[in-house]
Amino acid sequence: MTSELDIFVGNTTLIDEDVYRLWLDGYSVNDAVALRVRSGILEQTGATAGVLQSDTMDHYRTFHMLERLLHAPPKLLHQLIFQIPPSRQALLIERYYTFDEAFVREVLGKKLSKGTKKDLDDISTKTGITLKSCRRQFDNFKRVFKVVEEMRGSLVDNIQQHFLLSDRLARDYAAIVFFANNRFETGKKKLQYLSFGDFAFCAELMIQNWTLGAVGEAPTDPDSQMDDMDVDLDKEFLQDLKELKVLVADKDLLDLHKSLVCTALRGKLSVFSEMETNFKNLSRGLVNVAAKLTHNKDVRDLFVDLVEKFVEPCRSDHWPLSDVRLFLNQYSLSVHSLDGFRHQVLWDRYMGTLRGCLLRLYHD
Amino acid sequence: MPGKLKVKIVAGRHLPVMDRASDLTDAFVEVKFGNTTFKTDVYLKSLNPQWNSEWFKFEVDDEDLQDEPLQITVLDHDTYSANDAIGKVYIDIDPLLYSEAATVISGWFPIYDTIHGIRGEINVVVKVDLFNDLNRFRQSSCGVKFFCTTSIPKCYRAVVIHGFVEELVVNEDPEYQWIDRIRTPRASNEARQRLISLMSGELQRKIGLKVLEMRGNAVVGYLQCFDLEGESGLVVRAIGTACTLDKLSSPAAFLPACNSPSREMKESPFNEDPNPNPHSSGPSTPLKNQTYSFSPSKSYSRQSSSSDTDLSLTPKTGMGSGSAGKEGGPFKALLRQQTQSALEQREFPFLTLTAFPPGLLVHVGGVVSARSVKLLDRIHNPDEPETRDAWWAEIRQEIKSHAKALGCHAVVGYSESTSICEEVCILSASGTAAVLNPRFLQEGTVEGSLEQRLIEENLPVGCGFCHIPYDELNMPFPAHLTYCYNCRKQKVPDVLFTTIDLPTDAVVIGKGCLIQARLCRLKKKAQAEANATAISNLLPFMEYEVHTQLMNKLKLKGMNALFGLRIQVTVGENMLMGLASATGVYLAALPMPGGIQIAGKTPSDGSYEQHISHMQKKINDTIAKNKELYEINPPEVSEEIIGSPIPEPRQRSRLLRSQSESSDEVTELDLSHGKKDAFVLEIDDTDAMEDVHSLLTDVPPPSGFYSCNTEIMPGINNWTSEIQMFTSVRVVRLSSLNLTNQALNKNFNGLCENLLKSLYFKLRSMTPCCLCHVNFTVSLPEDELIQVTVTAVAITFDKNQALQTTKAHVEKSLQRASTDNEDLLQFPLELCSDSLPSHAFSATKEHLESASSNSGTPAAQRAVTVEKASPMGDGNFRNRSAPPCASSTVGVVKMTPLSFIPGAKITKYLGIINMFFIRETTSLREEGGVSGFLHAFIAEVFAMVRAHVAALGGNAVVSYIMKQCVFMENPSKNQAQCLINVSGDAVVFVRESDLEVMSTQQPTVNCQPSCTGEVTT
Repeated sequence: MTSELDIFVGNTTLIDEDVYRLWLDGYSVNDAVALRVRSGILEQTGATAGVLQSDTMDHYRTFHMLERLLHAPPKLLHQLIFQIPPSRQALLIERYYTFDEAFVREVLGKKLSKGTKKDLDDISTKTGITLKSCRRQFDNFKRVFKVVEEMRGSLVDNIQQHFLLSDRLARDYAAIVFFANNRFETGKKKLQYLSFGDFAFCAELMIQNWTLGAVGEAPTDPDSQMDDMDVDLDKEFLQDLKELKVLVADKDLLDLHKSLVCTALRGKLSVFSEMETNFKNLSRGLVNVAAKLTHNKDVRDLFVDLVEKFVEPCRSDHWPLSDVRLFLNQYSLSVHSLDGFRHQVLWDRYMGTLRGCLLRLYHD
Repeated sequence: MPGKLKVKIVAGRHLPVMDRASDLTDAFVEVKFGNTTFKTDVYLKSLNPQWNSEWFKFEVDDEDLQDEPLQITVLDHDTYSANDAIGKVYIDIDPLLYSEAATVISGWFPIYDTIHGIRGEINVVVKVDLFNDLNRFRQSSCGVKFFCTTSIPKCYRAVVIHGFVEELVVNEDPEYQWIDRIRTPRASNEARQRLISLMSGELQRKIGLKVLEMRGNAVVGYLQCFDLEGESGLVVRAIGTACTLDKLSSPAAFLPACNSPSREMKESPFNEDPNPNPHSSGPSTPLKNQTYSFSPSKSYSRQSSSSDTDLSLTPKTGMGSGSAGKEGGPFKALLRQQTQSALEQREFPFLTLTAFPPGLLVHVGGVVSARSVKLLDRIHNPDEPETRDAWWAEIRQEIKSHAKALGCHAVVGYSESTSICEEVCILSASGTAAVLNPRFLQEGTVEGSLEQRLIEENLPVGCGFCHIPYDELNMPFPAHLTYCYNCRKQKVPDVLFTTIDLPTDAVVIGKGCLIQARLCRLKKKAQAEANATAISNLLPFMEYEVHTQLMNKLKLKGMNALFGLRIQVTVGENMLMGLASATGVYLAALPMPGGIQIAGKTPSDGSYEQHISHMQKKINDTIAKNKELYEINPPEVSEEIIGSPIPEPRQRSRLLRSQSESSDEVTELDLSHGKKDAFVLEIDDTDAMEDVHSLLTDVPPPSGFYSCNTEIMPGINNWTSEIQMFTSVRVVRLSSLNLTNQALNKNFNGLCENLLKSLYFKLRSMTPCCLCHVNFTVSLPEDELIQVTVTAVAITFDKNQALQTTKAHVEKSLQRASTDNEDLLQFPLELCSDSLPSHAFSATKEHLESASSNSGTPAAQRAVTVEKASPMGDGNFRNRSAPPCASSTVGVVKMTPLSFIPGAKITKYLGIINMFFIRETTSLREEGGVSGFLHAFIAEVFAMVRAHVAALGGNAVVSYIMKQCVFMENPSKNQAQCLINVSGDAVVFVRESDLEVMSTQQPTVNCQPSCTGEVTT
């Protein structure tokens, strides 16, 4: 006696969260059944393996049918075929778009193209995430990217509106889209210690301060958001950054800057002498990063540069985080007292964001 | 020309891409009714077209309004080639034809294609302007209400129950016409869908005419079925119960409906003496009504001879009430005569109801059933469906005579079904023989309200229906009678089988449970006559064994009565299947069932003896365990109180059956196991062993689960509001090698048990819950395939209150009845139900607007997020606000096979839903195989039912039933086809908790559906 057909359809679509997770994780029906058996469900419910198999198949079929709708979440809300309570719909969407930390670190900043898709095999082997799950996550990134790439307005809001994600997840996606668009390098060995959260944090700061959207931002005037472009860095701003070069090119200015910082921090840093000796190097590093951002190639290497030019030197001298914070604050602030320097606003826009990023990046 | 139908096509959404080049669609819509067609403009290059058409007006006869469906076709415009069809929507406009139901149909309908399934949605508004028509020779029956519900609908009161109505129409099946060879599968499917839609419209209209003739205004318990007879044609037939219903709208007219036991009955002294009527004028009403009586099916051949008997009856009435002594005999005779007079003039005194207004059901005799095997031949003249009519008339006649033999003049819980395989057809009918109170069946005095009838009635509470209706000295079959354990005055049988729901006032001990008997019998493949004969010969054995199994399982559960019994016999090429489902209960009025004894043939053998005693012990243990599980602990009865001491309880049958072949031969089958004293299972061969084993293999549901196939579960009365209706389908292939009856039985048993286990597992998150109205259907689509379809509803209940005594239950329901009253008094129903649909519609619109305005998030919100993300804020970056509340624009529509919604009040019936769909695929593998195909199709059917209900302004379907699910596959050709027929009543319900809120506030404000609340959050 073999089962030819075996289905269960409820007026309210049954969603089993555990099975959904297994499906999202890319397990085959048989693997999922095996995993469920291992979870002890048979003992808890007194069910047989056959029942479990049939149940798993049913859920997989349902998820398969729902997947098409999950690709455009507003469709899930308006469709008539599956009656699902709103809280469950939200859960389905949120889980579908949730990604693995290990996976996102592999593709963050990469071009979301067919070429990258071909590398998914390797990523799967490397991370232990099933290929199916990798594909879903990659396709999610790509889909979100495609939809919001050319869109005006706040990136996070656009993502939230078109994919109905939670605030948190929408922000993560904003970071992914931003990184993919600007192709920031995140895969280098010396960047391996950084988590997705670190990058997402930086991305958010950069979106808020360094993009076209950041310029037009005026909270009281909603019309200005019409010109808001969150995905691309403000080209003009990047051009202007060259002007900061004077801070390290003009020897007097550099010395003055150093003395201002040293005076202010004397006795307050545990690594004062190291700071004093390294000041010019550090300052040169930070300003040069800014000056180089006109080239796309250098934009991509932003994080590599920051780690190389700032994080690593400080770390090798064992700066505590509190000292880094004090230093960066003073370093930014002192520029205001440099009489000959005229780009205070530009400096603040650059350094304000960079300071936030560096503090986040500065850990083991 | 009494009607104007107006249709407006508003918009479409989620349309499929029809033009690969542009990834868009140039859609337009054709609106067709009868022979008139209108078209909208082409809306270029959009998947979400906004047609916003003018009102298309059709001026039509009301006859057409009833028969024809509105047909909406969405097409893709193509300049160079033929326009491509995207899909269709059929809208049954019947609900707009009677005043109390829906006034407008408006909403999003799924666009359905028989090959591709649902392809987007279309927003349509439909209205009807009806003109008064005084033509007395009219062919239409607009205004007659139809209900699938097999009880008096909740917001109505039965003034008169007129009786049985039936009709059938036949036609050629388009699938088998010569033209089908040259047309596409899509065209063929659509022709079929349209034809069946037309036929059911016609059928409903014809039934309506009969109801009007009987002076009724409604059909309750309307059951319509299709017989796909293949080559020989297509039969659509329907049965129902004609009634005159009154809407309970004004508080003064409100009376406890059939759903609650009446207070009056409780208040009246516990009096067994049947004293139907202290004033002899009451029962003399039959005389008065004689002039109004109409026979259901053949009003032309009405006979007036019965008026004489009526005259002679009147004095008897007086005598009956005068000598209302300790014995029920005279009363019984009297009642019989009265009922006789009320019912005899009707050709078939049948009711399709399964639950009754209080006081209607007097006695229950037992199950009556009849089957007949027929050979199908081509229907030559569709306008004269005489053969099919004659077949059914014959069967009904048999049922009637069986009921008579049981001393009953009526049959309740009546239903009919067919099973067709090739050219052989088994017609089945079954019901419960009963004695009814005649006063409900007559048009009584104008003021003869139900309430008055109840006060007059002094029937014993909770056990009256168990008392035997037949003569003790002249029993139709060997039976064992005892005095009623409840009132101790009347005789009762020791086991009672019925097809009706458990009467609400029945005194039940413990809880009930689903009991199934399953049986397969191999049959030689044969042709025509030989095949029919073979089947006819097998049927009695099937009946006997199914009955024995039921009885054994009932005893094993420690129970003594079956309700909702439904025996389905299915015929296949090489086998017959029998599946009986019922809900077992322990009726306090009936004696405690005896155990099951096992006897071996060769008692000399010691080890064998041991084995037997081991089995016996196992059975006894099972009975004890079941009694504990179902909380069956009847009070101990001392022997003296009972008139006659009871010996070993005997197995006996309330079933009277017959099988007849085309030859009209009627055989009666005595299922009472001769005159055996005790119920003994003899184990004389391996077969018997198997039987005993199979008895013990039925696993009780896991803890927290109960199941029944009736409306309500005895012993559970504190339902909470969560319900989940579902359909589950399984098809198994039997290995064709060496099939024996035993192997077949085992397979079939396993299939059903596994299916139940799967259901329990799937619904485990709902516990404690009860599966109600569990409805199994078996079919044999091919040689070695068995298909089982189950539809049921899982309802949660409050565990803490579940353990109430029966007494408390009665009190509680009484309370409920009285609070119902108050609610209604405080809150005028009309107001509520009228305002609901319109609000629901506007709410959807509001919703859409607010959803789109969400896009530009207010600046303030953005400012907040910026602040949050300030660099100095410590890095708890990933832990932010909760997910957005996904607000849906689709209103929830509940579906249930029950006639009520727990925790809610039905405020309006919007009309009958009766839909027929065909789905076909030529890419079975691509659609996920047979399971994927059928899963998607059933989900689509649910969606289309919900959409129609929502468009009528409703929020639920009650008495939902999937009457047919015919699945055919051809995996080698990568093809499959499925036909599904569903029906139910569209209703508006209001949560009881909402009702309370509304009664304290302005109703109009609160009638908005709850979904609007979520928009702003």
